[in-house]
Amino acid sequence: MGVQRVMGVETEYGVAAPGDPTANPMWLSGQVVTAYARAKGLLTGRGAWDYADEAPLRDARGWELGRAWADPSQLTDIDDPTMANVVLTNGARFYVDHAHPEYSGPEVTTPRAVVAWDRAGDLVMQEAARLLNPDPARPTVALYKNNTDGKGASYGTHENYLMRRETPFHDIIRHLTPFFVARQVIAGAGRVGIGQDSRVAGYQLTQRADFFETEVGLETTLKRPIINTRDEPHASADLYRRLHVIIGDANQCDVANLLKVGTTSLVLALIEDRAMPGDLTVLNPVSTLHAISHDPTLRTLITLRDGRKLTALELLWIYHDACAAYLQERAGDPLGGDADTREVMTLWADVLTRLGSDPMSCARELDWVAKLRLLQAYRDRDGLAWTEPRLAALDIQWSDIRPNKSVFAKLRAAGQVTELVGAAEAQAAVTTPPEDTRAWFRGQCLSRYAANVVSASWDSVIFEVPGQTSLQRIPMLEPLRGTRAQVGEVLERSPDVATLLRELIRSGD
Amino acid sequence: MASQEQSRPQRREGDPDAPPPEVPVGGAQTQVSNADIDSVLDEIDEVLEVNAEEFVRSFVQKGGQ
Repeated sequence: MGVQRVMGVETEYGVAAPGDPTANPMWLSGQVVTAYARAKGLLTGRGAWDYADEAPLRDARGWELGRAWADPSQLTDIDDPTMANVVLTNGARFYVDHAHPEYSGPEVTTPRAVVAWDRAGDLVMQEAARLLNPDPARPTVALYKNNTDGKGASYGTHENYLMRRETPFHDIIRHLTPFFVARQVIAGAGRVGIGQDSRVAGYQLTQRADFFETEVGLETTLKRPIINTRDEPHASADLYRRLHVIIGDANQCDVANLLKVGTTSLVLALIEDRAMPGDLTVLNPVSTLHAISHDPTLRTLITLRDGRKLTALELLWIYHDACAAYLQERAGDPLGGDADTREVMTLWADVLTRLGSDPMSCARELDWVAKLRLLQAYRDRDGLAWTEPRLAALDIQWSDIRPNKSVFAKLRAAGQVTELVGAAEAQAAVTTPPEDTRAWFRGQCLSRYAANVVSASWDSVIFEVPGQTSLQRIPMLEPLRGTRAQVGEVLERSPDVATLLRELIRSGD
Repeated sequence: MASQEQSRPQRREGDPDAPPPEVPVGGAQTQVSNADIDSVLDEIDEVLEVNAEEFVRSFVQKGGQ
């Protein structure tokens, strides 16, 4: 009824070897993951991830114990860093995806928790970089929370939203596409350079928009679609779909990050409950997406199929007002009936109002505005044209995750960014899983029984039990089971994994 | 409802091929003052790569998802 749903964000970080442009990025990424995993005593090989998503337990619900399972050949901790793949004690997955280290945050249920565990991902990367750079003056690896090199390559920050399977996918396409065309005025991370390879000098709202070339599709690495159709629920497929959103940027501003997922979750609720206010279909969504991203004045008009012409802000106000009406009807309050929804609705209206009067007034809240404001100050001070390499360098260093190199970190340290999640909360999220999803069970298993966990995935944990020849696979196809409330006590009274399995069977009776 | 407070910015016909518009310059409502920004600029000068052109040229990534 509000912003709550099972969701999570995954980010492929940019990776470079300062002073060695020939370094192999797959190898580098493997170094990042294995350095961190070894320091934390985590298993790093291929066997550490359970790839058997299509296990013969598809209809199983909850906590039944699986039969003996697993191919011993999969259990070897092959020491190939490019296959590095670990599950962290906070329930996240940390691994090498293509040629980037990726942090896939654990499943959470609120936008605020998305922000906390996303910030935790930055800290994981920061720690990995610190381990690999014993001498910060001579770094061997640098990591960047951005989504393009400005030369034609892009890498993703994906959002995942659990939805009811019964919702027709064509409804999602129809109502979400216009929202994504407009959402970037809030969620964009800002970019120096226009066009995939930055062939036009200037500034645009997003890292990603120029890399989107089609409306709907399965691809994620080429001909990227505004709506991605990947159907891999990591949960009971007859109940759920996982909407895989690939169009967003990596955010560093908490408010932009919160609004990106919070408003999207609300719009998905409108779609699921058939509360959308009519048809907002955009005439040419791909070219309009680009045009909106290229216009920091926010005046560009979006032409709808019915002939209406609206700015991105006007289109977002329609979605906002539909959400307010929906919340009024369902919760008796246009801001929603709970603190998380209230926070998103309040910030949403505030940011839209200020973007409408003076976009630069959102410099504390939105990445693209904060970055633009800084670049503009730089340009004014030194009289720089947009072609000046120092501006492109500042754009790249904006996203450097090393505190001593990060431009964004300087801005935040100077108190010029609104923080919703404090440093201590972000640090706690590095080791602690969210309490209200199956990530609690997954993360706690890694904290308590790491030596016995041979493999894990979003929807399973596989144990090797001392004295037993067969492995024990625990399926977790229901994302909202395995919470602290449900299994906290069982974990507390299980000093070893054999006890845990016995207790789980008993409590399942 | 909140939408009544919305202000209508100037409009511009969508044309992806048009040259990028001039970026807005902060007005009176800007919450981060220019003095604040100037002090950060000095700090940023200290961390920015000395050879910006070479740094930008060598920042090459493989495509991902």
